[in-house]
Amino acid sequence: MAKQRTAVLGVGQTKYQSTRGDVSMAGLVREAALRALVDAGLEWSDMDAVVIGKAPDFFEGVMMPELYLADALGCVGKPILRVHTAGSVGGSTALVAASLVQGGIHRRVLTIGFEKQSESNATWALSLPQPFSVSINAGAGGYFSPIIRHYMERSGAPDLIGCMVAFKDRQHALRNPYAHLHQHDLTFDQVVEAPMLWDPIRYSETCPSSDGACAMVLGDEAAGDAAAGPVAWVHGTAMRSEANNFPGRDEVDPQASRDCAADVFRQAGISDPRSEIDVAEMYVPFSWYEPMWLESIGFAERDAGWRMVEEGATHLDGGDLPVNCSGGVLSSNPIGASGMIRFAEAALQVRGMAGDHQVEGARRAFGHAYGGGAQYFAMWVVGADRP
Amino acid sequence: MSEASEGEVRLPESLSGVEPVQSVRTPIRLEYDYRPSTSAESYLRAYGEKRIIGHRSPVDGAVFIPPRGVDPRHGVAISEEVDLPDTGHVGNFCVTHLPIPGRKGLEVPYVSAWIHLDGAAVGFLGLVRGCPSEEVRIGMQVRAVWKPDGELGTTAENILHWEPTGEPDVPFERAGNRSFHAGRGEETDA
Repeated sequence: MAKQRTAVLGVGQTKYQSTRGDVSMAGLVREAALRALVDAGLEWSDMDAVVIGKAPDFFEGVMMPELYLADALGCVGKPILRVHTAGSVGGSTALVAASLVQGGIHRRVLTIGFEKQSESNATWALSLPQPFSVSINAGAGGYFSPIIRHYMERSGAPDLIGCMVAFKDRQHALRNPYAHLHQHDLTFDQVVEAPMLWDPIRYSETCPSSDGACAMVLGDEAAGDAAAGPVAWVHGTAMRSEANNFPGRDEVDPQASRDCAADVFRQAGISDPRSEIDVAEMYVPFSWYEPMWLESIGFAERDAGWRMVEEGATHLDGGDLPVNCSGGVLSSNPIGASGMIRFAEAALQVRGMAGDHQVEGARRAFGHAYGGGAQYFAMWVVGADRP
Repeated sequence: MSEASEGEVRLPESLSGVEPVQSVRTPIRLEYDYRPSTSAESYLRAYGEKRIIGHRSPVDGAVFIPPRGVDPRHGVAISEEVDLPDTGHVGNFCVTHLPIPGRKGLEVPYVSAWIHLDGAAVGFLGLVRGCPSEEVRIGMQVRAVWKPDGELGTTAENILHWEPTGEPDVPFERAGNRSFHAGRGEETDA
C-alpha cells in the first residue's frame, strides 16, 4: 500500500543553554511548538494530534510528563502519543508523527522533543546500581568509551581524529544562533589538551548538558502544497533496534544501524549516499561517533570514515558531505530533543532556511539518531523535491 | 512597592526586596527490596561459594552471563546451568577519570572492563587492577581476586577486581564479542 506523501511544514527550536530557569517544562515545549506553528503559518487548532518524546522520565523525576503537557501543547481533546527510545527518541518521535500522516490517520501533526537537563542528572541516572552487577560504570561516556577504543584500534585511525570532529562541530555551532556552545576563542590545541574523562574520550569530545525543545509541524500532500513557504518532503523513514549485548555483536557497527540505513536509502532511491546526499545531521554525542557512523551508514568504506574527517569532507566549508552544520549534539544536547534537532535541521537545509550554516543548494538531507547502548536507530531522508 | 492593585500579591514587609524563588531542589530517594528471579538467585547464591555460573543456550551452546533463563537471540528458555572459571580476558575497557558520587573505595582513574570469561559468549563488567592503567590492553588475560572467605555475600561484589595473569594476550580479532564467531570458525566482521 502506498504511503501518503508527507512534508515538514514548520520547525521551531528554543535557544539551547545550560539552564532555562525562566520556564517550566510546559513553557519550554510551548515555546518551540509555537515557533514551529508560526513557521508553518498554522494555528493550534489546525493540529490533529501531538506526538511527543523525551529521554527516560527518571532523568527529571517527572513521570509521564506528556499528560500535563497536553494543555501547553494545545492538545486537550486531541490524541497525544508519547514515544520512548532513549537517546534516539527525538528521531523516533518524528518518525511516529510522520507515520500518522503517511498512514492517512491525520492530516497535520505537531511533534516535539524536549529535555530539561538542569532539573536532571543524566550521567548518574544512567548509572543506577544493579543487583547482579558491580557499580563501576560512570555514565554514557563510560559505556561508549570501550566501543570507541575498539574502533580506534581496528581502523588504525590517528589519535586526534576525535579532536578534529569536536573542533569542527564547535566551529559550526558559531554559525547557529540556537546552539548551546558558542566557544568563539576555542583553539584546536585546547581541544587536544583537555583532560581525559573516559579515556580515550576527552572532556572536549563530549556533549554539553542542555535545556531545550525542538518541534516540527508535519502535514500531508495537500498541506504541503498549501504552505506559503518552502517545505521539506519526506523521502524515506526507518527505525531498527537490537539488544545491547549478545554473542557476536559488533558494537562498533551494529547490524540494526546498517539495516536501518539500507532501508531508508532504498526508500529514497539512493544507491550512493555520499554523492546523492548533500548534507547530514548525525547523532554524535562523542566525537568519534562521526567516523563510526559515516562507515556504518554507508557514507564511507569500513575503517575509512576517519579519512573523511581528516580530509575535511564533513566540514561546512569545502566539504562534499557537510556533517552537523548546526554544531550537532556536541554543541547542544537537550537529550530528548537531540534526535529531533537532527531531523529538523535536515529539513531546514533542504528548505534553504538554515541561515549562516546553510549548505548552498542542498536538495537532499539525511537526519539520524541513535540511543541506548548504540542499539536504537531512527533515520530519515528529506528533499526539496516531491518524492 | 506601592499599593498593590487588584490581583497582585502583596508581600509582607519582611519579604520585600528578597529575590523571588524560581526553583527548589528536592532530592528524592527510593529504597526497595530486590527479589531475584530463579536464575538471578542461583547466580547470586553461587557467588557466595566463589562460583560463577552461566546459562548455556540449547540452540548453539552459547553461554550467557549473568544467566537470565533465556537466549534473547532465539527467544528460547534456558535451563542448563554451567560453572564458569574465574579466568578470562579483557574484551574492552574504559579508563575512567570521573569519580562516581557516593561510591567509596574507587579512586580515579580506574579501569572498568568487559570481562570475557573463558567459555562465556558475552562479557560482563569488572574492575581491573594490579597493573598501571596504561598497561591494560584489549585481549589481556585476567583472573578474579575474591574477597576473603569470611566477607563473602550473595553479590557480584565478591569479586574485588580482576588482575593480569601474565599469560599471552588473546589476539584482537578474537577478543571480546568477536570471540564468539572466531571460536566457531565462522566469518566475522570484527
